[in-house]
Amino acid sequence: MCLAIPGKVEEITTEGGLRVGRVNFGGVVKRVCLDYVPEVEVGDYTIVHVGFALSKIDEDEALRTLEVFRQMGVLEEELSEGDVVFAQAAVAPQSACPDGSCSKA
Amino acid sequence: MPEIAKGEAPVVIKDAPDFSNWSCPLPLVGYPTIVMGHGGGGKLGNELVEHLFVPAFRNAALENLGDAAVLNLSSGRLAMSTDSFVVQPLFFPGGSIGELAVNGTVNDLAVSGAIPKYLSASFILEEGFPLAQLAAIVESMGKAAASAGVQIVTGDTKVVERGHGDGCYINTAGVGVLRDGIAVGPHRAQAGDAILVSGTIGDHGMAIMSVREGLEFESQIRSDCAALNGMISDVLDAAGDAVHAMRDPTRGGLASTLNEIALASGVGIAIDEARLPIRTEVQSACELLGLDPVYVANEGKAVFFVAADAAERVLQVLKSHPLGRDAAQIGRVTAEHPRMLVARTAMGANRVIAQQIGEQLPRIC
Amino acid sequence: MKYLTEFRNGEIAQRMAREIASITTRPWKIMEVCGGQTHSIIKNGIDQMLPAEIEMIHGPGCPVCVTPLELIDKALAIAAQPGVIFCSFGDMLRVPGTDMDLFQVKGAGGDVRVVYSPLDSVELAAKNPDKQVVFFGVGFETTAPANAMTVHVAKRRGLKNFSLLVSHVLVPPAIEAIMSSPGNRVQAFLLAGHVCSVMGYWEYPPVAEKFGIPLVVTGFEPLDLLDGIRRAVIQLEAGRHEVENAYERIVTFDGNQAAQKMLSEVFEVTDRAWRGIGVIPKSGWRLSEAYREFDAEERFHITGIHTEESALCRAGDVLRGAIKPAECAAFGKECTPRHPLGATMVSSEGACAAYYNYGRFLSAEELATAGSGLTHA
Repeated sequence: MCLAIPGKVEEITTEGGLRVGRVNFGGVVKRVCLDYVPEVEVGDYTIVHVGFALSKIDEDEALRTLEVFRQMGVLEEELSEGDVVFAQAAVAPQSACPDGSCSKA
Repeated sequence: MPEIAKGEAPVVIKDAPDFSNWSCPLPLVGYPTIVMGHGGGGKLGNELVEHLFVPAFRNAALENLGDAAVLNLSSGRLAMSTDSFVVQPLFFPGGSIGELAVNGTVNDLAVSGAIPKYLSASFILEEGFPLAQLAAIVESMGKAAASAGVQIVTGDTKVVERGHGDGCYINTAGVGVLRDGIAVGPHRAQAGDAILVSGTIGDHGMAIMSVREGLEFESQIRSDCAALNGMISDVLDAAGDAVHAMRDPTRGGLASTLNEIALASGVGIAIDEARLPIRTEVQSACELLGLDPVYVANEGKAVFFVAADAAERVLQVLKSHPLGRDAAQIGRVTAEHPRMLVARTAMGANRVIAQQIGEQLPRIC
Repeated sequence: MKYLTEFRNGEIAQRMAREIASITTRPWKIMEVCGGQTHSIIKNGIDQMLPAEIEMIHGPGCPVCVTPLELIDKALAIAAQPGVIFCSFGDMLRVPGTDMDLFQVKGAGGDVRVVYSPLDSVELAAKNPDKQVVFFGVGFETTAPANAMTVHVAKRRGLKNFSLLVSHVLVPPAIEAIMSSPGNRVQAFLLAGHVCSVMGYWEYPPVAEKFGIPLVVTGFEPLDLLDGIRRAVIQLEAGRHEVENAYERIVTFDGNQAAQKMLSEVFEVTDRAWRGIGVIPKSGWRLSEAYREFDAEERFHITGIHTEESALCRAGDVLRGAIKPAECAAFGKECTPRHPLGATMVSSEGACAAYYNYGRFLSAEELATAGSGLTHA
């Protein structure tokens, strides 16, 4: 219900009254209907399900998310065993929602 | 070879037949399509043999045109194999049913430890099948046979009524001579054996998908269809009976082959998904259609089960061969979880890769 | 592939799993609604990485699994008719009806075709004016915009030989039904990220409030799933019950406005029967009045089908999260992927098939004896 994968829009044309893009998924190109993502332009990444683009990928957000993931648990590993307990307490704010108020990120 | 136009099935050859390329096209020029008479054993059928098959396959045994080909084979054990080919579309990126028919049987003999020698080729053609397509298929078979060092020495042609066939079906049977001292078999894998694959997986199946109606996509993916006997010969020269089992993972892909050997040998197999060689585009195409590359067909790859101390040697031999450049060791045979194929995922967790039921289907969920 | 492969980094996944373990102090039961998420969790072994206290319950997010048996039987009847080209996603081909599946109908001469996009079936209709082309429109909100556009295009082109067999179901009513059912154990949900890419997540705050449960919009790759689980656990440990978005690169609060507009034009809400669960009010979509002429059920008037579920099949209990697949007496015995009794065993995202194929509960011996029936075609 869910198999939607990210691809890069390489070309946009109109076919049969629909806004159609040639979208490149890691070297594989398919024609995709872009009618639901009017904001998507050539060079943008979009998520595609059964031949329809459903959402533009927010690339800044993607990079930010990855960076957050990369940071998780990193400090813990850099410390020797004996320091782990102390370190866990010290780095607890690494987790999102340090004070329980998270509604974003 | 005429240009192949991609698009709606069936794939059509764009150019008009270029009879000047044929060895001796006349008097076939008058019959642009196959008719029932071509299968009747009479004049029309003979003309096909004389002007199409013989020139393309060219060898003494065939040219005797007897009911049976008379062959010389060294004494010893023989291996024999047969396969039928019904692929659609007939022409796909990287090959055609012709190359598949030759290389498929050559490979079955080669992975059994035999040196392939002679093939038969039987055609079941549908009335109305374009002669130009048949010519292209037959020419490709002649080239594939020459490249593999085998001869197509006998054959047959039958024609079925329009609507009762899929254009062209081919059966090939082949014989080969078993090498001395080699006794490979799916039952011979042993705990501790290294498992190697000769190159990237999933190329053929995804090449076919890329031109299949309803699912087609643009890509550079080409079938890996190839004769493996040369490469396998190099491996056996280097490692001899340290090679316990070999198989070419065709229909059902790598997963099916490994499951079959696990069952036949009663051993467990553990592979590392991160070590499976897969072309980026093949992976992408699989992502698009929701397919798992381990179940996708290959037509130019071999899997080897070798004694652990011979693994490195075999890997180097494979990598030195043009068809084995991307070879890799992908796992080991283990005494644990007998008859099961277990893969270590990129996450470091384990998943059982079960034998699949029927053909893998694209999914949207 | 960019924006895909990075979210499958094994090393980061291991660290995230350890992070989850370090913050979990009590048992928690979390349900992922979407079958695609179930598939990913099991294929990657995500559940193996979680601490023992966390139990992932697999929900009814497999639209194939919940399509009513009667509709499957109607689909089979339509596909078997001469003059019909029946188009479907691959997922539906092996779902068992009362007597057979679409594959068998194909084998008996039915023109059944697998397509990647529903628009392909409209092209088929245009190219085959003498045939009736039917598209099997099964899915959650993710697939509905594609099906809506397809019918819209067919109408615009004035095609008289195209129709849609509709079985669309909605996630929010399903969550309500699960939370309201007696014996429910679910304490938090991972919301289906791609459903939310279409619908946004504005529907969910009242649900979180009503049932006091955390709801986290989650993606499908291992890192996304682990992050969704991590956030759910943080909320559970803190006693919070909010809606959170862990898939921000794709999902916004309001969702896709263009898609929602088309959906409201082409579809209208209706009650739907969910296979194995029963009727959930206002839980599905059917074609609106303006598009009703394209409804395949109305066009084909199939009658006289005898619909009967297998008495042994407990797919409904599995879909509700009441039992794990291996707890069904028929699992691995009468019911295997080769001979499925219910849709959850055959659909690639059905919980039973996922467990069977990824070998969670079969011992090696059981798999070996079952293996004799599993030779490839």
